[in-house]
Amino acid sequence: MTTVEQSIGAPLTRVDGPQKVTGAARYAYEFPTPDITYVWPVQSTIARGRVTEVDATAALALPGVLTVLEPGTAPRLNTEAEGVSADLFVLQSREVAYHGQIVAAVVATSLESAREAAASVRVSYAPEPHDVVLRADHEAAYVPEKVTDGSPGFVERGDVEAALAAAAVRTDATYTTPVEHVSPMEPHATIASWEEDRLTLHDSNQGPHMAAQLMAALFGLDPGAVEVVAEHIGGGFGSKGIPRSPAVLAALAARVVARPVKIALTRQQMFALVPHRAPTIQRIRLGAGRDGRLTAIDHESVQPRSRIVEFADQTVSSTRMMYAAPAVRTTVKLAPLDVMTPAWFRAPGHTPGMFALESAVDELACELGIDPVELRVRNEPELDPGTGKPFSSRGLVACLREGARRFGWERRDPAPGVRREGRWLVGTGVAASHHPDYTMPSTAVARAEPDGTFVVRVGAVDLGTGARTALTQVAADALAVPRERVRLEIGRASLGMAAFAGGSMGTSSWGWAVHKACRALLEEVSGHAGVVPDGGLEVVADTTEDLRERAELSRHTFGAQFAQVRVDGDTGEIRVDRMLGVFAAGRILNPRTARSQFLGAMTMGLSMALLEVGEVDPGFGDFANHDFAGYHIAANADVPRMEAHWLDERDNRLNPVGGKGIGELGIVGTAAAIANAFHHATGVRVRDLPIRIERSRAALRTMREKAGGRGPGIG
Amino acid sequence: MREFAYVRATDAAEAAALVADRPDAVYLGGGTNLVDLMKLGVAGPGLVVDVSRLGQGRIEHRADGSALIGAAVRNGELAGDTGVRQRFPALAQALVAGASGQLRTVATVAGNLLQRTRCGYFQDVTKPCNKREPGSGCPAIEGAHRELAILGTSDRCVANHPSDMAVALVALDAVAQVRSADGTTRAVPVEELYVLPGDAPQRETVLAHGDLITEVELPAPPPGAAMAYRKVRDRRSYAFALVSVGAVVSVDGDGRLTDVRIALGGVAPRPWRARTAESLLRGRRPDEETLREAARAELAAARPLPDNAFKVDLAIDLIVAAIRDLVARKDRA
Repeated sequence: MTTVEQSIGAPLTRVDGPQKVTGAARYAYEFPTPDITYVWPVQSTIARGRVTEVDATAALALPGVLTVLEPGTAPRLNTEAEGVSADLFVLQSREVAYHGQIVAAVVATSLESAREAAASVRVSYAPEPHDVVLRADHEAAYVPEKVTDGSPGFVERGDVEAALAAAAVRTDATYTTPVEHVSPMEPHATIASWEEDRLTLHDSNQGPHMAAQLMAALFGLDPGAVEVVAEHIGGGFGSKGIPRSPAVLAALAARVVARPVKIALTRQQMFALVPHRAPTIQRIRLGAGRDGRLTAIDHESVQPRSRIVEFADQTVSSTRMMYAAPAVRTTVKLAPLDVMTPAWFRAPGHTPGMFALESAVDELACELGIDPVELRVRNEPELDPGTGKPFSSRGLVACLREGARRFGWERRDPAPGVRREGRWLVGTGVAASHHPDYTMPSTAVARAEPDGTFVVRVGAVDLGTGARTALTQVAADALAVPRERVRLEIGRASLGMAAFAGGSMGTSSWGWAVHKACRALLEEVSGHAGVVPDGGLEVVADTTEDLRERAELSRHTFGAQFAQVRVDGDTGEIRVDRMLGVFAAGRILNPRTARSQFLGAMTMGLSMALLEVGEVDPGFGDFANHDFAGYHIAANADVPRMEAHWLDERDNRLNPVGGKGIGELGIVGTAAAIANAFHHATGVRVRDLPIRIERSRAALRTMREKAGGRGPGIG
Repeated sequence: MREFAYVRATDAAEAAALVADRPDAVYLGGGTNLVDLMKLGVAGPGLVVDVSRLGQGRIEHRADGSALIGAAVRNGELAGDTGVRQRFPALAQALVAGASGQLRTVATVAGNLLQRTRCGYFQDVTKPCNKREPGSGCPAIEGAHRELAILGTSDRCVANHPSDMAVALVALDAVAQVRSADGTTRAVPVEELYVLPGDAPQRETVLAHGDLITEVELPAPPPGAAMAYRKVRDRRSYAFALVSVGAVVSVDGDGRLTDVRIALGGVAPRPWRARTAESLLRGRRPDEETLREAARAELAAARPLPDNAFKVDLAIDLIVAAIRDLVARKDRA
């Protein structure tokens, strides 16, 4: 047997790159479908109340209009189905739970007709007063039994109050993060086609297998009766983790008109029909000894849910295991509001939670006069403080040290608010990154062809992350063949049970199944004396049992992020000069696509720190800014010199491939690093995101007052 | 589907004749704003007359230092014009600070001047707006107004004018040439092109139906003048101004301001010429305190709302910084 160059670890360019840049790659909306029709939603203009009448007379009179769906006449869904969110009960009730909810829809033979007709549908309401603004003292706030990672809403170990009372040094501050919208480049899009009781969806989603199960339950079908095709996805970031209401609407509409129906959300519709990241109001109290060792952590997050569905981001979960402290109390509280149910957005919970925790740790470092890198190192736990389990690997300290070395941290003057370069105030900051490493059972099929090529099928999906490429590399190595001889098929529910592309679990979950199938196939081929018979050889692998047999370990990924910012002393404008992240996330399968993941996530973190805010309009109950002119994300010019590095971490107690998920890790901690750098530049702490100019200028004003009227000019 | 007719006019007379007879007719330049408004349902013209090819695409630099810019000159072309960059750098800077490269390639000078406010309520037909539907109300006053105006507003409307280019033009005393539907022409200083909302925010300019801006004249700047356009926005590119300032200054041998022209963007329903500040500064040495007093006097008339109150101080600081830096630059030269 000849030696084959190892594929894993090579900076392979995307296997689907040429298809994507030439336009040959087909996204959900683009599948040519004969007899196609179009559905356009009519959205609620009130945030709470009841639809009293839908007058479709004018709409139905327009040419090309096939039907108008409305609550009451739309086909019934199985609203008793287990595990299906009430967010998906499209047009099943006249109750309006949030502004923008689908209250009717037009199906027409052209997109233009559907859109025009939808605008002429007259909906009457019996509105009720709405409540859309999150308050820390919301009277209806309660502690949920569970948050999204399955852990309890409230956990306490040790006596936090006593430890705080006894602490030599304490911090106590409240941090807020706003609504953040997730709006991938490819909008949510679906083509739904029925053939008797079989439903086919070409759909932009993060998990075709899970999507098929949900849709089958919702429409009362056999799980095998729904096929979901998700070949190429233009970004998801959690928003496409499960089907959303537009996909259900397309399937409903297709059932009614007995023709295929397609929908692609406009950018404006995305802001109302795609769930957002919940805003948070977080209070953190820290207690520590003069030596910097934490003695107490109290972290409470208040966040909204909708009236119809409980959703509780795992905002305090990082705090449960980041640092060694004998007394830790963590609480999530939910306030039911008349808003769309919030949902997953890249590193759900951990992203806002670590903004607060890592800001608080920086405040403690300032309070103690201990370097913030050193302070974190001093609080490094031996075992997972939350579970008492050993870590499979924990690279936080190594990331901090390596990042500090690369960033030039040792030259840093810790004094805040003292560095000026012309009119600019300059500062640097650091924060830790963390994300759990999840792995879910998956199946894969490996097939050997008589011509020496291999086909691997797995119900994976590539959101643009490079999963298709990385899995090809895993398969090639497991089969010990050059990757050109491996063809990977992904993106279909019918390829078998598989994890979804969320929680950064895709590559490890699918990779394991692919590895296992390929190894089993090699044995099968050996059993045939190395000769693949006509008709080929095929094996199926399932990792369900393997996962059950894994050692009891705490599995996580870590990182350290460093940032330098400058603040214009005249205006308060903030520029980020430099960002650097070092990550410990297992074996990096493909450095090229991994780097893209990290840099993309860090850029999102930059936007979170300085730009992103869904502006709740209390009067109407919707978002005042609902397009990319009003909702700002970083433009190219905002993105500074940015570096992503990783440690050569071999964690073979994870899975045979040794890979951990990296999609989310890079956004966690970024905003805190920037906010901490802002403090270092100005000497003033901003605890509310985003740090837009009014907050920056308020900080400059404080700085000026502290300096007895000298300093940057304000007004 | 909402249908409309499209005609590409070949000369101004034809364009005016087409539009004059139909109240639902509009002129189309680059379409970067009008087409968006049509998609949003804010604008619903029955006839769109394309005036981008009427032979108004030239930039002429005259020997006396003035310039004549055709109404259909694209923003990108104007920003890149060597003469504009050398003689009117504030205008080039303002243009480059606006929109994106793609939009500037398409947008025209007259279209830029006549673009509509980006107030979210104006752009959302499911909501009231006195500008879009007179008498329906202004939710921005109680609602989202962070980006909106602090000067020249009324109880009916707090929308602001979004243009960067127009701010520089006002600082440069530019004059628009307007052709009426009957063929007569008149000169309208760009500053006077716009009317404040008052009781009728639906009326935004002095132009009558069928009036067509044919060119914009830039007088020669004062000899030795220094000028700059500085824009503060939420991100570094592709965002409307929170506050911007276009400034043109001349300083004599004693360091006194012999000529000073200041226009503000992002703060008013029109590019805001800061005449109060100018009169306080003319003939004075622009030290920090003088500049600050003048800027404060200009902003004394501001009527901010809770979420855009930051613009008042920001405008003051920006005026001070812009003129301070311009004068310092002159000192070095």
